[in-house]
Amino acid sequence: MNHRIEVTLTVNGERVTRSVEARRHLIDFLRLDLGLTGSHTGCEHGVCGACTVMVDGDAVRGCLVLAASLDGAKVETIEGLSDSGVIRDLQDAFVARNAAQCGFCTPGMLVSAADLLAHHRHADRAEIREHLSGNYCRCTGYQAIVDAVEDVVRARAGEAAR
Amino acid sequence: MKWPAMGYARVESLDELWHALETGGADAQIIAGGQSLLATLAFRLSEPSTLIDITRIAALKGIAVRDGVLSIGALERHVDIGRSEVVRVAAPMLAEAVPLIAHPAIRNRGTLGGSLALADPAAEYPACAVALGATVVIASRKGMRRVSAEDFFRGLFETALEPGEIVAALEVPVAKASSRQAILEVTRRSGDYAMAGLACALEMARDGRVESARLVYFGVGTKPISAVGTAAKLVGAPLGGETIAAAVATLDAELDPPTDLHGGPDFKRQLARVLTTRALNRCLTSLEQAA
Repeated sequence: MNHRIEVTLTVNGERVTRSVEARRHLIDFLRLDLGLTGSHTGCEHGVCGACTVMVDGDAVRGCLVLAASLDGAKVETIEGLSDSGVIRDLQDAFVARNAAQCGFCTPGMLVSAADLLAHHRHADRAEIREHLSGNYCRCTGYQAIVDAVEDVVRARAGEAAR
Repeated sequence: MKWPAMGYARVESLDELWHALETGGADAQIIAGGQSLLATLAFRLSEPSTLIDITRIAALKGIAVRDGVLSIGALERHVDIGRSEVVRVAAPMLAEAVPLIAHPAIRNRGTLGGSLALADPAAEYPACAVALGATVVIASRKGMRRVSAEDFFRGLFETALEPGEIVAALEVPVAKASSRQAILEVTRRSGDYAMAGLACALEMARDGRVESARLVYFGVGTKPISAVGTAAKLVGAPLGGETIAAAVATLDAELDPPTDLHGGPDFKRQLARVLTTRALNRCLTSLEQAA
């Protein structure tokens, strides 16, 4: 049984190999070992959603994932999603709708919203709320966040129909 | 806070798992999705010496129907169960339970086996398993054994699992055209554990009478609570307003809910009565639509 594990994984398209402590969760791995500070450490016990990132295409709580378990995995953070442009429309809508106040929850919100758009292309407001219900905004700016996501759902549906 | 120092071992097969459990000592802990376990580490409610990661064991995966039995591997995640057309047809209650479990990001990691093995009294799957008359398949180095879900859940976070054993799969009798299933719960916020919940499974006879009924409550005791007397009130009668009211009237005596942070026994019984009426009315509506 090892307390340090060597893992090789892909983070935002880049292959990285690191020796990690078994007790290291994914968010500390990203922030402290790789310097990717876009994903935020909030409650650190799976409640607030600030640390939501993608692992193998699925939105997950980064604080509830062992870095040691990720050998071979593909991780995407807000940095990668921003650079690739896949959520450009979502980010623009967040700006247009003023959906970020202090901004702490925003990276996690964007990843959860991206997950919603991938799986529920015609989500209505209730479904948007439900899907984002595990992401807390302590500024309580939920209306603007739901507005922004709804704009993108409609815009993408409109484009698909054309 | 940060997780305690611990070891980590990934096993790729059941044989490797048995070896890891034998050499890992009493404080070694199996981890699957980790969505409850890792949170307990953050609270330092548990301090395992080693986490044994079973998520890559292929033998614990798969969803299939064989001979009228739906088998779901322990490592199937909530999201997999929720998206499975096979599950939706064969055990609609399980598919319906998925959106009630936590949040999407949790459902992308958490597993059926983990939920059953943890046996949280407010969790959805344990109650579903009991209501559906399911069987828990348990594996160890000695082989497989099967335990009815009713006998599997023993008490607060307590199951029939012995040291060296794991949940391998859940076997559920496939729903028939005459089956009606519903799962309902009351939560303060979406994704929270239920203040009270009900997993309800009925079998209807051809003449429109209830042939058998299972009403299993969660969040109102130390384990899933089957209200046998209330269910018996339904059997032999056609489902309707009067039958439902008569059954609900017997419910209070069957439940002995401990006080928790949500409220006391009276409050929980009230929730249970409301849920029972709603669930049975939902079954009734579905029967009327089918007629």
